[in-house]
Amino acid sequence: MKILVCVSKTPETTAKIAFSADGKSFSSAGVNFIMNPYDEWYALVRALEVKEQVGGEVIIISVGGTDYDTILRKGLAIGADKAVRVDAEPVSSGMVSAQIADYAKDQGFDMVLLGKETIDYNGSEVGSMLGELLSMPFVSYASKMDLQGNTATIYRDIEGGEEILEVDTPFVLSAAKGLAEQRIPNMRGIMMAKSKPLEVRPALNYEPKVEVVAFSLPPAKSGVHLVDPDDMDELVRLLHEESKVI
Amino acid sequence: MVSTTFRKFQFNIQPSTFNISPASPTFAGKIVQHMKSANRVDKYQHHDYYLMDELLDEEHLLARAAVRDWVKSEVTPIIEDYADRAECPTHLFKGLAEIGAFGPSLPVEYGGGGMDEMAYGVIMQELERGDSGIRSMASVQGSLVMYPIFRFGSGEQRKKYLPKLGSGDFIGCFGLTEPDYGSNPAGMVTNIKDDGDAYILNGAKMWITNSPVADLAVVWAKDEEGVVRGMVVEAGSPGFSAPEIHGKWSLRASITGELIFEDVRVPKSQVFPEIRGMKGPLSCLSKARYGIAWGALGAALDCYDSALRYSQERIQFDRPIGQFQLTQKKLAEMITEITKAQLLTWRLGTLANKGKASPAQISMAKRNNVHTALTIAREARQIHGGMGITNEYPVMRHMMNLETVLTYEGTHDIHLLITGYDVTGLNAFS
Repeated sequence: MKILVCVSKTPETTAKIAFSADGKSFSSAGVNFIMNPYDEWYALVRALEVKEQVGGEVIIISVGGTDYDTILRKGLAIGADKAVRVDAEPVSSGMVSAQIADYAKDQGFDMVLLGKETIDYNGSEVGSMLGELLSMPFVSYASKMDLQGNTATIYRDIEGGEEILEVDTPFVLSAAKGLAEQRIPNMRGIMMAKSKPLEVRPALNYEPKVEVVAFSLPPAKSGVHLVDPDDMDELVRLLHEESKVI
Repeated sequence: MVSTTFRKFQFNIQPSTFNISPASPTFAGKIVQHMKSANRVDKYQHHDYYLMDELLDEEHLLARAAVRDWVKSEVTPIIEDYADRAECPTHLFKGLAEIGAFGPSLPVEYGGGGMDEMAYGVIMQELERGDSGIRSMASVQGSLVMYPIFRFGSGEQRKKYLPKLGSGDFIGCFGLTEPDYGSNPAGMVTNIKDDGDAYILNGAKMWITNSPVADLAVVWAKDEEGVVRGMVVEAGSPGFSAPEIHGKWSLRASITGELIFEDVRVPKSQVFPEIRGMKGPLSCLSKARYGIAWGALGAALDCYDSALRYSQERIQFDRPIGQFQLTQKKLAEMITEITKAQLLTWRLGTLANKGKASPAQISMAKRNNVHTALTIAREARQIHGGMGITNEYPVMRHMMNLETVLTYEGTHDIHLLITGYDVTGLNAFS
């Protein structure tokens, strides 16, 4: 199996979110970045398990600048065989999908795996776009995948139950919690990653089709207001005048 | 155009996936345990006031992040309970081996990780950020057992022990300190007598981390000429025992014991062939002290991290206590001392990578960083107020652990005298 895993870089979950003065971009000053957990814990690890089961090759790909190299090196330390970085700032799902599809289209991948979403912009778009661009079926939010020959049985958590699908390779799959378990790279993996290939590719020319107009933060939380249980009039007044919900 | 090749379409409805039988107290207990653990969220974030990360290589950052992830998932959820029960989480030996925390700077073919000394340092820092006892498990195995076998062992000894020590299949311990010889190890009375193809070992060692669970011990003893020799003694040898020391208020999640040798027959092939004298054990201690200098910094960082967060959350007089000048003084001094210790440790790591870190330089870093960490733990405890004495926060556990770290591997006072000797040329010990 030749498997491509798309990995993205996201702020750590505890990072303080701020935007640039013009409100059009995320301010990354002082923010620690990590590999998107859905890409790392589930998509990459399941790809490695498939490789361990049936043999093959796992290639990870990112669209980004040199600041993505540490993320890719971590993927190599966890066990990927090769990393590819398309050298351009990722500006939109459309742009990222176009770059990845351009690399993947004639490589003969049996599977393209990625997280169900990135934990920063929560777009959940790249998977379906890749399916379209690569003419492969796309299965989203997979929480389990069994492989028999070239046929995958894929389980999706749906409202109140689960859906089971069968699909032949090649396909695109987005990974949800449950697909695999996080693997922490060990020291030997980190050292081996140093000698694994990290290919940097020039980016495809891409005309942006969507423009970010503005970001804004949610209104600040005002804290908890305790109301005396005997003073229902005060509760009603607050709900009516301050929260304006009744 | 997408060609869809889905063949089967099926729904499974699962009304309930979670059944607890109230008749099963063990299971219920586990659930309660799990819920308690799940509440213990480890919010630790690294603090890098002087942007020291720019001085580290990618592999150091990856190693640090990997060990931090491991500590957050394996150590934090259980450590308070184990420390409370004064029990060693021995299952973590295997996990420590799997991430590569045993002898990371030893060559791969001898069970190590092939990394540099800086990597070894950041690994120890992250382990001790979790708990000094967990770091002790790793530094004894790596620096005090694998290192002397690698450095002084015969080819056969290296082959026999190092891979299994690296993989955690064997647990080792290090016997130097004796009941009557702590700061003065050269006075040791443990001894070996020639008996043909073996030596007969007699004596006792004290305060030995891991000894009750160890498969083997690196033991230092005097031969008939009074020369210190090193050897690997396997647990289970007739006359060998390792009783546990109970009642510790420090390193409660680490197991400590004695080593007692009563006419233990040690084949001559188990003795390190070349090394003679105190420079054998002392070179191991330098290696371990180097790791402790980094480790203590980890404990200090955890205390500071917890205190900083608490100072912003705890409200008194209608404002976060972090707004009060005396709290800010404590926090400012803490991060200043941490930053100084980080600079010292990074420089020591750079020297160690070049093979140029002197025992006296390592001694200074061990003493400074442990003392700094202990002071920070005490200040952090004050910032946490009454909550600081509970195991809801890691501070008191670190503080109690650091009392041991201040004393083991050369006491604070002895390290002062090592620096004193180094700068004056006058030996205070003789």
